[in-house]
Amino acid sequence: MDNPYLPYPVRIERIVTETEDRNLKTFRFVFLHEGDEEKFAYTPGQFAELSVAGKGEIPIGIASSPTEKGFVSFTVNKVGVVTTLLHNMKEGDVMGIRGPLGNCYPWERMEGRNVVIIGGGFAFTTLRSSIIYMLDPANRDKFKDISVVYGARGPGLLLYRDELAAWEQRDDINMHITVDRTEDPDWKYNVGFVPAITEQKITSADNAIAIVCGPPIMIKFTQPVLEKLGFPPENIILSLENRMKCGIGMCGRCNLGDKFVCKDGPVFTLAQLKNMPPEY
Amino acid sequence: MTDKVYSEEEWGEALEAAKDHYTKVYVPQKEGDFHLFRDLKEGARPDFKFENTRMSAKGLVYPQSMRMFECNMDLAAEDASILKEDEKDYGPRVVVGIRPCDAAAFTIVGRNFDNPEYQDPWWVRWYEATTFVGLGCSEPCSTCFCTSVGGGPFNREGLDVLLYEVDGGYVARSFSDKGEKFLSNAAGGRDAGEDELKAAEAVAEAASGKIVSSVETDNLLEKKQLDLFDAPFWEEVGFSCLNCGTCTYLCPTCWCFDIQDEVHGTAGERIRNWDSCMFPLFTLHGSGHNPRDQKWQRVRQRFMHKLKYYVDKYGAGVQCTGCGRCVRYCPVNIDIRRVAKLMNEY
Repeated sequence: MDNPYLPYPVRIERIVTETEDRNLKTFRFVFLHEGDEEKFAYTPGQFAELSVAGKGEIPIGIASSPTEKGFVSFTVNKVGVVTTLLHNMKEGDVMGIRGPLGNCYPWERMEGRNVVIIGGGFAFTTLRSSIIYMLDPANRDKFKDISVVYGARGPGLLLYRDELAAWEQRDDINMHITVDRTEDPDWKYNVGFVPAITEQKITSADNAIAIVCGPPIMIKFTQPVLEKLGFPPENIILSLENRMKCGIGMCGRCNLGDKFVCKDGPVFTLAQLKNMPPEY
Repeated sequence: MTDKVYSEEEWGEALEAAKDHYTKVYVPQKEGDFHLFRDLKEGARPDFKFENTRMSAKGLVYPQSMRMFECNMDLAAEDASILKEDEKDYGPRVVVGIRPCDAAAFTIVGRNFDNPEYQDPWWVRWYEATTFVGLGCSEPCSTCFCTSVGGGPFNREGLDVLLYEVDGGYVARSFSDKGEKFLSNAAGGRDAGEDELKAAEAVAEAASGKIVSSVETDNLLEKKQLDLFDAPFWEEVGFSCLNCGTCTYLCPTCWCFDIQDEVHGTAGERIRNWDSCMFPLFTLHGSGHNPRDQKWQRVRQRFMHKLKYYVDKYGAGVQCTGCGRCVRYCPVNIDIRRVAKLMNEY
């Protein structure tokens, strides 16, 4: 019998410190056993449990894209017991990942539409996965305009800065990078909070779906901006986080009403969330 | 299906004989002030003089604490840090003397642990390995309300064999292949006659009339989740709650669990423990934010889960078998029967 709690053994291939406060690191894993990568077939928006034997597991969104082969990557914020230990691990160390878990962004619904991606802070991981996925030559034609508003408190806190700069140069994606404030005179991009930049840069909700990931305060103030633009609640997509253990809807702690964030989510439309107890 | 009758003495011998066929024969045993299920010791006799066991039998299929995986933490070892399933005994076992409410609870809990998308390997294997021999409730407790949640003192749901206490012994009726096998393994006794079966049915009939307590659940399905969630009575319902978790640990249908890692020297293990929605840590985020920060919100979660979310999710009634343990052992007298009425009438 397959054991859904048993992680795949993986080796840490590369660790990149993403932010100047050193609180966010991206871990690239390779599977130890042949065939496990195929079994871990995922879609952008899903997450996995990162398992450090002897310490525990943490649910983390998958930051790599299924179009990137040979590895999976996760960007982890240093918060508690497991993430702190993880931040002290070295390239070559062995650990585990379990998944993929949860649903994904509504890719079928997004085909043939404009896609607006709005992210804040370190909640940009599954959005990075989504952007890489959509920009892949095999997929780019499936989507119309892709617009991205991504903000952090300061320039040094943006994730994936090399990739952001590369996307800025492309003509098949409209990037709107912003920071809350900066004293850097060479800062080339926007200054302002994500909701305000969204209001300036996103001009239409026509045939568009918006994916919003960020801290609660950003989501709270972005929501009315999108509604004013004309996005109906079923076209506003959010990804939630709750404390999790099993990741497969059995341990009982991450529920919103009769739905589990881990199994029925983490991706919900705003329309769905309006009819669910707001326990997140 | 087979119907047998055993005298008190024959029954003890029959269980003794059954021990040859099962790795465990769990029976109620009095420990201190109350009964618990324990493996029948050589030469010992089961003690059926109890209203119900203090703890339900859920822990026999879903242990309160159990090792999921083990792992070598010696970093020099080739398999260091790789979790592995350890050896467990999945041999056939039998639970004898389980009350029908507690047997029915496995059907309820099974919808969580054995669903089309995921199967909990331990729950499924142990459940499949177990034969359930129920003991009908000739004298139900004053807090029992099984008859208003789809059960009854002689309900067969989840059972392979049901025992009826009759003059000087037991009538044992089987309803499944596992039950047939058990009756052939429980050597001795003889086939029950017409009169004995009639006597057994009379005992069952009389017992139904002795259930004096009830709950109202008929309107729950049609209510809106958010309406009940936002109902004004939750702070009052949860006011006196101590968040002790007694209700969730005693409940045969509560299944929430926690996963924790431990290391002893170079031996690492991942452990699963029963958890409780009554505890603030249950939902505490790494950031410090807690979606159920207030104790009344946790009390609301417990009742909403049992009486609304479960009802909506499975369309198979409430997540409660009316055993009445939470009513009897709540230190501050929070009563699910009253809460069900509040919700049902809201």
